[in-house]
Amino acid sequence: MTLNEFAPGAMLEITKLTGSGAVKRRIMDMGLTRGTRLYIRKVAPLGDPLELTVRGYELSLRKADAVMIEVRKAGPTQEAAA
Amino acid sequence: MKTIALAGNPNSGKTTLFNALTGSRQHTGNWPGVTVEKKEGRLKNHEDILIQDLPGIYSLSPYTLEEVVSRAYLVKEQPDMVLDIVDGTNIERNLYLTTQLLELNLPVVLAVNMADMVRASGNTLDLKKLSAVLGCPAISISALKKEGLDELTAELAKPQPAGHRPDIFEPQVVQALEEIQKLLADKVPPQSLYWYAVKAFERDERVLEELHLDPGQTSRLEAIVTKVEKEYDDDAESILTTQRYDYIERILAGCFTKKATASSLTLSDKIDRVVTNRWLALPVFVLIMWGIYTIAMGGTVVSIGTMGTDWVNDVLFGEWIPNGVETLLTTLGVGEVLSSLIQDGIVAGVGAVLGFVPQILVLFFLLSILEDCGYMSRVAFIMDRLFRRFGLSGKSFIPLLVATGCGVPGIMASRTIEQDRDRKLTIMTTGFIPCGAKMPIIGLFAGAVFGQSAWVATSAFVIGIAAVVVSGIILKKFKVFAGEPAPFVMELPAYHWPTLTNLLASTWERGWSFIKRAGTLILASSIVLWFLQSFGIVNGSLSLVEDNNVSLLADLGRMLAWIFVPLGWAGDMAWKATVATFTGLIAKEEVVNTFGVLYAGLGEVSEEGTEIWAAVAADFSAVTAWSFLIFNLLCAPCFAAMGAIKREMNNWKWTLASIGYMCGFAYVVSLIVYQIGGLLTGEVTFNVFSVVAFALLGLLLVLLFRKGYCGRDDTIQTAMALESGK
Repeated sequence: MTLNEFAPGAMLEITKLTGSGAVKRRIMDMGLTRGTRLYIRKVAPLGDPLELTVRGYELSLRKADAVMIEVRKAGPTQEAAA
Repeated sequence: MKTIALAGNPNSGKTTLFNALTGSRQHTGNWPGVTVEKKEGRLKNHEDILIQDLPGIYSLSPYTLEEVVSRAYLVKEQPDMVLDIVDGTNIERNLYLTTQLLELNLPVVLAVNMADMVRASGNTLDLKKLSAVLGCPAISISALKKEGLDELTAELAKPQPAGHRPDIFEPQVVQALEEIQKLLADKVPPQSLYWYAVKAFERDERVLEELHLDPGQTSRLEAIVTKVEKEYDDDAESILTTQRYDYIERILAGCFTKKATASSLTLSDKIDRVVTNRWLALPVFVLIMWGIYTIAMGGTVVSIGTMGTDWVNDVLFGEWIPNGVETLLTTLGVGEVLSSLIQDGIVAGVGAVLGFVPQILVLFFLLSILEDCGYMSRVAFIMDRLFRRFGLSGKSFIPLLVATGCGVPGIMASRTIEQDRDRKLTIMTTGFIPCGAKMPIIGLFAGAVFGQSAWVATSAFVIGIAAVVVSGIILKKFKVFAGEPAPFVMELPAYHWPTLTNLLASTWERGWSFIKRAGTLILASSIVLWFLQSFGIVNGSLSLVEDNNVSLLADLGRMLAWIFVPLGWAGDMAWKATVATFTGLIAKEEVVNTFGVLYAGLGEVSEEGTEIWAAVAADFSAVTAWSFLIFNLLCAPCFAAMGAIKREMNNWKWTLASIGYMCGFAYVVSLIVYQIGGLLTGEVTFNVFSVVAFALLGLLLVLLFRKGYCGRDDTIQTAMALESGK
């Protein structure tokens, strides 16, 4: 499943990044790499973009870009409890 | 002279550190050819050390202007040292850039910022261990609290050896990089060989272009990279990025300890629970924007900006300076021409522009607070969905809002937009919003032709907003805009208190750049227009004229009036309307004054020109009034705003393109409105321009709905696919 299919509150782990070019590089530069755990904190008031917690900081990402991120559900961690 | 490059992520406190290290001895400019700001300054107590501030970046990838500028500087200019500032509260992602800086084979000093917040969070970071693994000195500082700065300065003053390169990559990659280094050995300077090898492995387009590999070398490089890609089943860029982050996780496991208890919500999280809350975000946003607008541009008792501007306009440039200058000129016995040039040309022209300074200063002080504390990123987060459809950024909301007061600070406010494309589009469209100075024009026609209907002003706003939206959609499809991919992957930094020094520095920087412009470009334009307005050909010779009817400008108006015939500016009003449009370039409220002079010979008319309503009503029909109004609302803004466009574009080509686009767009829309509107009311008979009008209307629609150039910008395509799929 891809990241855009999950609702806020989901604790996920990245399994694969599809796509290419500048957007993919930028997403990875920001720390979204294979095996990274992330938490969907919220959705913006107009329904897009998403706010994620990843590597201890807050990142916003459009749903259109989230399509490139394949994820699976992960168990709760400290961050999810927060 | 020793040069130290200051590099770090955005929001790492880099500006605060730069200000703290250099004090006020800074020089601000732009990196050659781009709109990225360049700042340098001398290290306090070490006059021989120059600190070169690089733009805030997350990586040395080749994709954003900031990154390209930074890596070109680091690799080509070879600074003597790199000062890498990392945010201690967000160490994992901040060290990612560090892993890339360490590959440059330059001495690196690591400044781990926000020491106070790290302590408060209860986490511990063992800097000795970190320094040992990374092979460079690591100093704990708080740029905000001025902690550890002496120690850092001492470290910067010492000669540092180029650090050893930490072992970041896995053996397969290390081996591939060694092979590539052999391949490139005679192509690049030895000190940057490793960096080039890494970039060649990533298939970095800019580096590959620069290397000019022959086909044999290209295929060997390709073979090396493909072999590793097959082993990992991933592309080269991703392999390196993943391994860098894996490396950071490994080393942090050894020197970073998280507080044992499950962390509760930080203060920043609590603020965001309200500020970006699904239901509260928009009301909070409206409230904040309303507050800023009221204080800077509004007309209430708390509107400091407006009060300052009124004072400059009415007192400083209304009485003090003109009276003082007049006394001086009379005492000196200066001739009529020169004193007119000084009073009506220079003092009046520059005064009209400098009047904006108080509003600009107040506005930018408030906007700096939003930027410094982290709210500006939330603005982009909240408004992104709405604006990206028009090729604009969520942050474009602020320039557009400010422009309802005055286009000049509006255009200048576009500087907070990171993406080059979004910023350029915002600059080009901000001038369409009816500013305060266009209100008198609207008032004049509403009163003279439309029975003071409030709908005129309302529709002026609708037209302005529609012009922004339509232009955004049309322009973003052109290759020059669409070609630059603008991924919206944005950090929402933790909130923190802004520092007064930073606020004052950035407020002053913007105010001063505007004042400088008033002294050059705007001054020159005012003098030219003064000359045209004050001189005329009387009895075959050039002389000073009182009556604007016989001025050179009037002649010019008569000569050029034919341009506006398709817009319905015909008969006796044609040249008057043309002249008024020209004087509108000084300041839009001049349009009404000019009509006053031309219609009634009045030196001064009331703000909305009530005295000349009857005369205007006799000359303008509803349709021609609309045509004139629309052209003046949308065409080239005043000189001050053009100066701001030049400042923000930092490029003549783009400046002229913007102004040309605005004039062209205004012309096309006015023509369509007059010709088609005239056909509907029966005022215009079907003529060749009717055909032109329908053709232009068709062209506009085609430009609006065509698919457009998409290029590498797969974000937009995916977004469209997603939304149409719903």
